[in-house]
Amino acid sequence: MRDTAKVIIGILVFLVLVTTPFWYGKIAAESGKPPVLKVGTAEKECVMSKDFMRANHMDLLNEWRDHVVREADRVYVREDGRRFDKSLGNTCMKCHTDKKEFCDKCHSYSGVKEPFCWDCHNDPNAR
Amino acid sequence: MNFITSFLLTVGLFIVGYFGSRLPFVFGLVIPYTALTLFVLGLVCRMIAWARVPVPFRIPTTCGQQRSLSWIKSNNLESPFNLLGVVGRMFLEVFFFRSLFRNTKAELYDGTRLVYGSNKFLWVGAMAFHWSFLLIVLRHFRFFTEPVLPCVLWLQDLDGLFEIAVPAFYLTNFFIVAALGYLLARRLFNPQVRYISLGSDYFALFLILAIALTGIWMRYIDKVDVVKIKELVMSLVAFAPVVPDGIGWLFFVHLFFVCVLLAYFPFSKLLHMPGVFFSPTRNLANNNRAKRHINPWNPEVKCHTYEEWEDEFRDTLKRIGLPLDKAE
Amino acid sequence: MSEEKKIKPNEILAGIDYNPPATGWMDTPVDFKKGTFCNSVPAKFMEYLGQPQPHEWKSYQDDWGLPDNWREIIFEGMRERLKKFRTFRVFMDICVRCGACADKCHFFIGSGDPKNMPVLRAELLRAVYKRDFTLAGKIMGRFVGARKLTVQGIKEWFYYFFQCTECRRCSVFCPYGIDTAEITMMGRELLNLLGLNIGWVTEPAANCFRTGNHLGIEPHAFKDSIEFACDDVFDNTGVKVEAPINRKGAEVLFVSPSADYFGTPHYYTLMGYLLLFHAVGLDYTWSAYASEGGNFGLFHSHDMMKRLNNKIYHEAKRLKVKYIIGGECGHMWRVLHQYMDTMNGPTDFLEVPVSHVTGTRFDHAASTKMIHISEFTADLIKHNKLKLDPSRNNHWNITFHDSCNPARAMGLLEEPRYIIKNVCNNFHEMPENTIREQTFCCGSGSGLGTEENMEMRLRGGLPRANAVKYVKEKHGVNCLACMCAIDKATLPPLLEYWVPGVEVAGVHEFVGNALNIEGQNERTVDLRGEPIKEQEEKKDA
Repeated sequence: MRDTAKVIIGILVFLVLVTTPFWYGKIAAESGKPPVLKVGTAEKECVMSKDFMRANHMDLLNEWRDHVVREADRVYVREDGRRFDKSLGNTCMKCHTDKKEFCDKCHSYSGVKEPFCWDCHNDPNAR
Repeated sequence: MNFITSFLLTVGLFIVGYFGSRLPFVFGLVIPYTALTLFVLGLVCRMIAWARVPVPFRIPTTCGQQRSLSWIKSNNLESPFNLLGVVGRMFLEVFFFRSLFRNTKAELYDGTRLVYGSNKFLWVGAMAFHWSFLLIVLRHFRFFTEPVLPCVLWLQDLDGLFEIAVPAFYLTNFFIVAALGYLLARRLFNPQVRYISLGSDYFALFLILAIALTGIWMRYIDKVDVVKIKELVMSLVAFAPVVPDGIGWLFFVHLFFVCVLLAYFPFSKLLHMPGVFFSPTRNLANNNRAKRHINPWNPEVKCHTYEEWEDEFRDTLKRIGLPLDKAE
Repeated sequence: MSEEKKIKPNEILAGIDYNPPATGWMDTPVDFKKGTFCNSVPAKFMEYLGQPQPHEWKSYQDDWGLPDNWREIIFEGMRERLKKFRTFRVFMDICVRCGACADKCHFFIGSGDPKNMPVLRAELLRAVYKRDFTLAGKIMGRFVGARKLTVQGIKEWFYYFFQCTECRRCSVFCPYGIDTAEITMMGRELLNLLGLNIGWVTEPAANCFRTGNHLGIEPHAFKDSIEFACDDVFDNTGVKVEAPINRKGAEVLFVSPSADYFGTPHYYTLMGYLLLFHAVGLDYTWSAYASEGGNFGLFHSHDMMKRLNNKIYHEAKRLKVKYIIGGECGHMWRVLHQYMDTMNGPTDFLEVPVSHVTGTRFDHAASTKMIHISEFTADLIKHNKLKLDPSRNNHWNITFHDSCNPARAMGLLEEPRYIIKNVCNNFHEMPENTIREQTFCCGSGSGLGTEENMEMRLRGGLPRANAVKYVKEKHGVNCLACMCAIDKATLPPLLEYWVPGVEVAGVHEFVGNALNIEGQNERTVDLRGEPIKEQEEKKDA
């Protein structure tokens, strides 16, 4: 008794499961490349470096929210002395105007759920 | 001693991974491909090797009443009589560690009285660890699939149910670290388990713990750019590898640990994952007397036939008047 | 052993320490302590059975007379078995050393010797497998548990593989179902290749092979013994029973362990069978050729098991019976249930067993055509075909010991309980972690029930005895019922040592006591010839 059929089925199931990303990619026919973001704006640089923002923007937004809502501290002073209003709508979205283009694309690409921002804020461009 | 060796080995791998971040091509591409190949081929080869060995006898360990008389209630899960029962038994074994759930602890009270108490700690630890590990692996499919599989998103929401902290705190992260801590502590502090533990037993725990901790570190403390990481992973998946610049070193350490685990898997005790499916004491039905099991190498052996026996004891048999097949 | 001072129960208990020694198991040499191992096999029995490397040697001496190429022989033997037994291959690969099995072994519980933890017993073989059969072991050595096989290692194998009763209790608890009985069977087969085995496995096997039963009883003595039992049945009950032997054309061939007609208290069980078969008018026969159901081959090797088991079907065919009933025995039923049909089937010359009294078709035995006597009896009782007076067992306060093999290799749990509850009035179960699939071994199974191994037997039987002690103290139990010839042989001295005052009896002894049969006398004595106290009790009432 070798149960060849059952073993073959088992091995096939294992192979199908373990190669899910490979065949799913083919079926989905998406390039798998990260989205290209359109930022149409006068500003040349963000409140922090681009690399920092890509990895840590959620911390900064959280911090700003706490400062504004709990401590009424609305002014952010950058290292070089430049001041910014701690505001999603007025500062961030001045450049990153389109939530769908800017926020959602990356969030959806990396499987990050819709953040809390929009529990309170309206997407200014959604109207 | 075994404990320290394994710990140092894991630290060594950490250092290798750290410096590996400077060779992104090797550590982001060559090693992952190699490790995955070893994992898949290694496991498939091992399963084929097991399957090529026959199961000469049907020897289930019966843990419940057999199917016999119609009015006696038989237990199709613990002493399965048919395929359905076997599937049920295997399901409970694989997903809920049925046998481990029975665990007891023997103690000698006052040096005179043996008592067997229920002992579910190991079961709880094992369940917490394995289930967390499985959910974590599945959660990682957000990096492997584009568009992200809906069930993965659903799973993430469930895991991050409490919505504590940003990014959301995952229950599985807590459980896997706690469970690994328990399993390690058990190996260290239970004298019997320490005695049977090999270096490789600690190593497997340290390695997985290192994977979990670097992952947690990356998610909550020293954050990395997940879009770039997904870009790298998806390029590997599409066989068009690109290693984007600016991925933090921590990711390479994490990835290197995962690669070591994958490559080590088919050559270690981690084989218990596919192995449990092959265990003849669990995956066979207890219908021995109803259905004949075939042994492909059933040997010809020398037996003592009745004729030989009658020849040897003929005089005696005649004297005591037992019937004979041959008179002389 | 007998002249020496026996170790006392409190000495054993005080000496049990579950903390392992300071040296790791790989570096702790085996200590052949007198009283904890079995005598080596004399060469003549090996020769009679055509076994390899027969030679005279003693397990306690230094030189075991191993052939020069012993290591090659072992490696070749392992290679062969790794290709023949998936259990062996898979169990070598997948153990994670979780330790769930550690305190499940009666020998570990009774001795505290860490190598009696099932995991380490298996590790003795696994260490060799790792080093010489796997890549990881070749590269990483000790780190993954690889160890070089030495003569010391062979001695360790011998000591610990003949310190396992193949009871399978550990395999109930193992999350992967790793079965130490399989490991031990492999270990013993490998030792056989070097001519290493114990006397009490090989000699009974040789006897079974020649005469048909393990004590080497010749046909005339067999016949006498059965006839004595018929006489004793008559003396105690006034019923005249027949016990045909080697009769062709009977409906049923009855096979029981040979101890039933030579051992006590087995003998009373035999009388129970005789009465039962008489009461229901079973058309059956004994066989002097297949006069042993017990199979010492199981403790020796798969080949030997097949060679000894062969007689049953061979005889059934010759006698042209329709089906076979098997008596009360443990490992006998492991072989009959899990091996016989595969090894010596198919049985196209037999018919699916059908009870001639109730008409019940035993479909669960449709292929082997062999049923357990408790299945036969339970069916009779259920259909009200037996006239029973359970009060004749009132002098017994009974608990039931599940024998390892019927419990864990068969699932025969309810049939004996049903019978006991119908033929006795006083029945109490032992604690649940010590019965059914979690039952504890008598400590003397698989050929280890020898005098010279007495200390180890007493240690291994401690968990069983301890549970009996519990019900003795709580419910006043005075009799341990069981359905295994080895139990009946080895539990009396065990209980005498740990729980004096508890007798051992077979289930069909109670059936015999309770049965009302036409033509019987007043039944003032039970099958043991001891007075039934019914009269006094009536007066008291």
